[in-house]
Amino acid sequence: MTEPAPGFGATPLEGRNNAIQQGVKLLFGLMTVVLVLPVIAILGTLVYEGGPALTLGFFLDMPRNGMTEGGIFPALIGTIWLTAGALVVAVPLGIAAAIYLSEYAPDTMLTRTINLAIINLAGVPSIVHALFGVGAFVYFLRFGTSILAASCTLAVMTLPVVIVATRESLQAVPRAFREACWSLGATRWQTIARIVLPNSGSGILTGIILVVSRAVGETAPIMFTGAAFFVPFLPQGVFDQTMALSLHLYNVSTQVNLGEGHKHLPFAVALTLILVVLAMNALAIFFRMRLRGRKRW
Amino acid sequence: MTDRAPLISAELDRRDSSWWVDLAARLLVFGGGISAIVFVVGIFVFITTQGLEFTLQRLDWAEFFTSIYWRPTGHPPTYGALALIVGTLSVTAVAMAIAVPLSFGAAIYIGEFAHGRQREWLKILIELLAAVPSVVWGVIGLHLLSPLIQHYLQPASGVGTNLLNAGIILGLMAAPIITTIAEDALKAVPETFREAAEALGATRWQVVWRVVLPHARPGLSAAVLLGVGRAVGETIAVLMASGHAINLPKTLCDPVRALTATIAAELGETSAGSDHYQVLFTLGMLLFLITFVINLIADRIVRGARQRG
Repeated sequence: MTEPAPGFGATPLEGRNNAIQQGVKLLFGLMTVVLVLPVIAILGTLVYEGGPALTLGFFLDMPRNGMTEGGIFPALIGTIWLTAGALVVAVPLGIAAAIYLSEYAPDTMLTRTINLAIINLAGVPSIVHALFGVGAFVYFLRFGTSILAASCTLAVMTLPVVIVATRESLQAVPRAFREACWSLGATRWQTIARIVLPNSGSGILTGIILVVSRAVGETAPIMFTGAAFFVPFLPQGVFDQTMALSLHLYNVSTQVNLGEGHKHLPFAVALTLILVVLAMNALAIFFRMRLRGRKRW
Repeated sequence: MTDRAPLISAELDRRDSSWWVDLAARLLVFGGGISAIVFVVGIFVFITTQGLEFTLQRLDWAEFFTSIYWRPTGHPPTYGALALIVGTLSVTAVAMAIAVPLSFGAAIYIGEFAHGRQREWLKILIELLAAVPSVVWGVIGLHLLSPLIQHYLQPASGVGTNLLNAGIILGLMAAPIITTIAEDALKAVPETFREAAEALGATRWQVVWRVVLPHARPGLSAAVLLGVGRAVGETIAVLMASGHAINLPKTLCDPVRALTATIAAELGETSAGSDHYQVLFTLGMLLFLITFVINLIADRIVRGARQRG
């Protein structure tokens, strides 16, 4: 604050208001710091405790000695299977839903119901998704506890992420682009396929990346539908059970008695998991920023 | 499609291949659109039917809501869910007591005080906080927070995994959602309102307190509600951080057990169709209904505010 010119100084009331203003700003700034500090603290602790254990062998070895030693190779491979499976189901379905909502849906009761369903699907607790997966995919559709059932459960859970991200990027394409295309005699679908979708690629990619981040981290939905405590072999097909990184982390933290000298194991697995997830989110943020920086219409 | 062929002459008939592709695409994306409804209804139907027989015929509802004795494997088994319901509610309450003030403070700072690069960075950090997986939060609660609580608070229960631990973890998990939605609500207040107040000589804080916050109130309530929904539904982190003991908590340092954690811990030990299996689906139904109602109310609040504004 600069010194006010003579005769233009703050009155006592203004002075008090300014002091309150500064105090409030400081308080809220501190609250924000308290909120974002855990991210940095968590990452720091995990790197400190688990970082030294992250060797190439850790990623490429099988777990040994009742999972108290060794690496995470089967869990890593299993997570890739589960995530890929979730993508195969959720992405086409989610993009189709987003296209319908953005390009076709009239403002009717049905559309409002779809929007409400998306909000609710995103709000359903993960363990309820797990129950649904058990009832619908494991028993009713007879997938058994398998990668297929677990992937489908994850897909239902992550569907709202794809829909919301894709719909947003479709709606960001100006209406004039569509009108120009229609006026040339193109059908609605030709307009969507040639004009709208190519112009919203980054947004859709962001959605896909966020699905990966979400699917990699979820534990409850896969616990009873396809992921297992320990599987001594790698999955050969979608009807096999598999280990998964998130469930493996849960197991080494709670179910296994770690001897002295192996206390770092949960931290190492947690660090691996969080690095994958944060890398995915950083990628999504990068794409979104590039999109915002480039598109000017 | 009704057959309209006689009405149009052959040369005006636009039903060429691209017309059919367009129709097929329209039907396909419509299928995608209603899939969200199909899944929500599917979740409701499957969870109800899996537990229906037991819930309607053998479950003692009075016991379910008033007894704290949850002994599904006892002889005879008892299914009192009171302690689980109280567990979920108390953890949620502690989480909200932590998350709501911090989130509102952060939302106001990011939305009204921070500028440019600082604002972008804070938003990114909040987003990363939201991305930390549930099970990693559980590890934080179990291996980092628990020893700290044991060391500094020396709880009578002797365990560091308790109501406070789970409340802190869940508060941090719910905070990014509350912050993001609250900030959206602040952003939705028209800039002209702020300019009008500033023209009258109000400080930034007076503008926020007297003008922005009252107008953003519906959005802020919705933010809290969605945070509650998140906290009620969180599973693995609560399971690992709460101590998972059936108990009506009297102090912050008592261990508790949540509805979600009970399902996660016990579903693997039940055989499909057994009473125990079915009662876990009854708990799931309860959770589904709670979060459904919360989301419905939040949606109504936001929609109502949008129509009035």
